Amino acid sequence: MTRRVIGVGATIAVLIGLVILYMVEFLTVAPPALSAVVQGGTARLTLQTLATYGHTPNPDWVSYMGQDAGGQWQHTTIYKVPAHTLVRVTIYQYDTATGLRNPFLAQVRGTVGGVASFNGTPMSVINPDDSSHTFTVPDLGLSVPLPGVASDAKNQCSAAPCTPDEAHNTITFTFMSPGPGTYRWQCFVPCGAGTIFGNGGPMQTIGWMSGLIEVS
Amino acid sequence: MSATTHDSAPAEPRHGVWIAMIWAVVTVVGVVLVIFVAGPHIPPFHGSVQSSHQHDVNVTLTALVVPVAALIWVYFAYAATVFRQRGAEIVDGPPLTGHNGIQTTWLIVTAVMVLGLATYGTVGLLGSSHGAGGGQGPKPLAKPPDAASALQVQVIGQQWLWTFRYPGYGGVETPDLVVPVNQTIAFHVTSLDVIHSFWAYELGVKADAVPGTDNVAFVKALKVQSIQVRCAELCGLWHGHMNLTGHVMTQAGFAAWIAQQQVKYRAVTKLLPPYAPFYYPMPLRRAG
Repeated sequence: MTRRVIGVGATIAVLIGLVILYMVEFLTVAPPALSAVVQGGTARLTLQTLATYGHTPNPDWVSYMGQDAGGQWQHTTIYKVPAHTLVRVTIYQYDTATGLRNPFLAQVRGTVGGVASFNGTPMSVINPDDSSHTFTVPDLGLSVPLPGVASDAKNQCSAAPCTPDEAHNTITFTFMSPGPGTYRWQCFVPCGAGTIFGNGGPMQTIGWMSGLIEVS
Repeated sequence: MSATTHDSAPAEPRHGVWIAMIWAVVTVVGVVLVIFVAGPHIPPFHGSVQSSHQHDVNVTLTALVVPVAALIWVYFAYAATVFRQRGAEIVDGPPLTGHNGIQTTWLIVTAVMVLGLATYGTVGLLGSSHGAGGGQGPKPLAKPPDAASALQVQVIGQQWLWTFRYPGYGGVETPDLVVPVNQTIAFHVTSLDVIHSFWAYELGVKADAVPGTDNVAFVKALKVQSIQVRCAELCGLWHGHMNLTGHVMTQAGFAAWIAQQQVKYRAVTKLLPPYAPFYYPMPLRRAG
């Protein structure tokens, strides 16, 4: 009887410990921050989106990645930019289109000139059904839809990091960073495949389809 | 002999009278403090017809709580002080017996209070349309007199953003909430994904945003002001960021603003679906 009580107590203690460990890790572990590369008074932020990360812990999750000053791709969605500075963003978009749930987000907002360059062509709005992802910072009024590559495109990327010879679209835009602060950003295409309303998994996890812009 | 002994004992004070007197004083002071000191600080203030009524209800209910709370606390304080057993001796008191008068009074007073509050609340919600700030579903019962001429504003919630659509102005959709002062607004609240809750704090409006549902709430702003808009339903990762600052403008200011929005979003407005009570739930191509 005593051994049974001790066994049950130990099991409960272990389970409680695991829950606490999970909570501590959830609250304290975050992706590393990636600093924009500042040259000549302009900050450059280079990102890519890919349909499937291809590696643990979630190989089938869609994700963003960022390129560091050395040209290496880092799996993070926390980006640092200087305050009150023009930020030139380049996004290599390797995923196919899902379409926007809210077509309003097909409009480019908050960029210099109100436009973004899609494969070299400046545009202020795209077909909502062509959107694969968005790069949206609601508190800054910044939102850029990212058109997807054709679903039958050859040589599609299947694992991170994607490379320039794989099918992609290139989207560039510039925005003026605000004063110091932390601003959340996210994708507004319901691209979390297989989750409720497409907004679970990578859409609910920092480091995948949403993150922070740290302005300092 | 026993009569002589009884006459020599000190007279028992009239505890009931003392408790009633103390209670009356505490009640009067408390009610005055609630109405005139705390009252002005009780939300949601006077930003709209609806919020004004909610404010009045909150102050009234708080004031009505005072005599009830005072009776309890005065009795406890009195009993703890006057009936305190001093020394080591513990003696049983006299046995408790029923008292028809007290029980009847208690039942009548509490019944009157509860039924009175129910009547007060029901009249406030329906009779005066002041309760119209709450979401009432697609067929609201509490309508302001000028509901038919209300400015229609659709509130669209999604993870994690509010947008607002104005069907009377070409169906333009904006990420900003602006409404004119002194005009009844009909908010049509819906969601594109999970349940959110549209909470315009200063206007006294709180209505669930439910996918596939047109949840109507009326409001009439009484002054030019900024309003805090928040989501009041835990809705996922960025629920805490699902907020913005809206504005109540003059009629002229609103007219200028909405005209500007129509120009700014002319291109994307053409791509929006026709205005509808809800848009649930497209697209779902990737969702399981």
